[in-house]
Amino acid sequence: MALAEICKISNASYMRPTAWATDDVNELKSYASNFENPYTLAAPPFANPVENLNKIQANADKTGIKIEFDHGTTTLGFKFKGGVILAVDSRATGGQYIGSQSMKKIVEINDFLLGTLAGGAADCVYWDRVLSKECRLHELRNKERISVAAASKIMANIAHEYKGMGLSMGMMLAGYDKRGPGLYYVDSEGSRTAGNLFSVGSGSIFAYGVLDSGYDYNLEDEAAQELGRRAIYHATHRDAYSGGIIRVYHMTKNGFKVISNEDCEMLHYKYQAEKAAQ
Amino acid sequence: METLLGIKGRDFVMLAADTTHARSIVVMKHDQNKIHQVSDNLMISTMGESGDTEQFTEFISKNIALYKMRNGYDLSPRSAAHFTRKNLAEYLRSRTPYQVFMFVAGYDAQEGPELVFIDYLANAKALNHGGHGYGSMFTASIFDRYWHPNITQDEAYEVLKKCVQEIQKRLIVNLNNFNVMVVDPNGVKKLDTIMASSLAA
Repeated sequence: MALAEICKISNASYMRPTAWATDDVNELKSYASNFENPYTLAAPPFANPVENLNKIQANADKTGIKIEFDHGTTTLGFKFKGGVILAVDSRATGGQYIGSQSMKKIVEINDFLLGTLAGGAADCVYWDRVLSKECRLHELRNKERISVAAASKIMANIAHEYKGMGLSMGMMLAGYDKRGPGLYYVDSEGSRTAGNLFSVGSGSIFAYGVLDSGYDYNLEDEAAQELGRRAIYHATHRDAYSGGIIRVYHMTKNGFKVISNEDCEMLHYKYQAEKAAQ
Repeated sequence: METLLGIKGRDFVMLAADTTHARSIVVMKHDQNKIHQVSDNLMISTMGESGDTEQFTEFISKNIALYKMRNGYDLSPRSAAHFTRKNLAEYLRSRTPYQVFMFVAGYDAQEGPELVFIDYLANAKALNHGGHGYGSMFTASIFDRYWHPNITQDEAYEVLKKCVQEIQKRLIVNLNNFNVMVVDPNGVKKLDTIMASSLAA
């Protein structure tokens, strides 16, 4: 191309690809600007997305246009003397349709920070990725891993910035930092709160039942992992929108450990056999 | 479904707030503190839209802290309430209003105690006693009955106990615990939490 440059041929109109006329490029850039800066996410092409998206969905019968966002989840997390346990299912549903049975709803942000996804799958995946980037940048700038408190605050600030624009997220951030084990709940309302025990998602009411009745801060590691697994299993059993593989993670002072990835169906027969043997 | 309460005496203001954090039908947390100490002589209790409450309270308290750094003295409670109200009113007319209900409570050596009721429409009113939320519907008459100009801190705490008892008896929602904080010439102090179990005893 150097010769073309010298001859000024590249400036000639016939050298420009017509499909990439500047108008097209600019339009494309405006819609894909979030590739360069994740915070310039294009809003839906109509005003007041929350209200109007609902209207579009409500008129689906007439228009035949209905967007089914991937939803439905059970996730849980709790602190105990051995660190933090996170347990999640892996089913992603869009309306009645099961889109995936093998989703990874725990995001490994770094060795000492995990995030869970619940709510709109796309929103969660997108913003968790942005969070991962922010956390990595924090580490590079400060030569120190980000605290759970700070990471959750980044997420809460993002959520608050986009409040009322239709985001749907409910996430937990679990980690281990200078202050010890940390567990935060952050949602698309912009609320952020630290706690010992949370469950998020459509199956959370079922998970809470098992979790609350079996929870004790002084649980041994193995018992705590089993409690998390059990709570998710019971949620998958009762909640049609939860299921697939039950993943259990354990955050300790040495970083996170993947404890198990088990099919809830296998667990069902295992637990049934245990019950029958009693 | 949250509740905030406030009561003012000759030289103190006492605030009470429930401690639940709910999302749809689920109680996510039972020990959420909603009364924030802003400076040596000022506190703010907040409830309302989750997310907005934390964000707005932090915005206000950091700005009040900044004022002290710049000027070397604290904003008086009256001025703090005015500042809060003005910000809330300006945001009300923006694309992103804050839906928060709050009490600004403080004590000032010159101006005395101050209890200001502020709602999400940025109404602000200095009161002797008041409440926010459904619980406050039941407590208005209790305050009217038992409040008097010379009320002591001990009496005020007892009145708040009566209020909590009534809320737990008549309000359909289960509000177990109420954090209580007081501001007087000695500064801000946290008092014993009023709990369902401690009321029974």
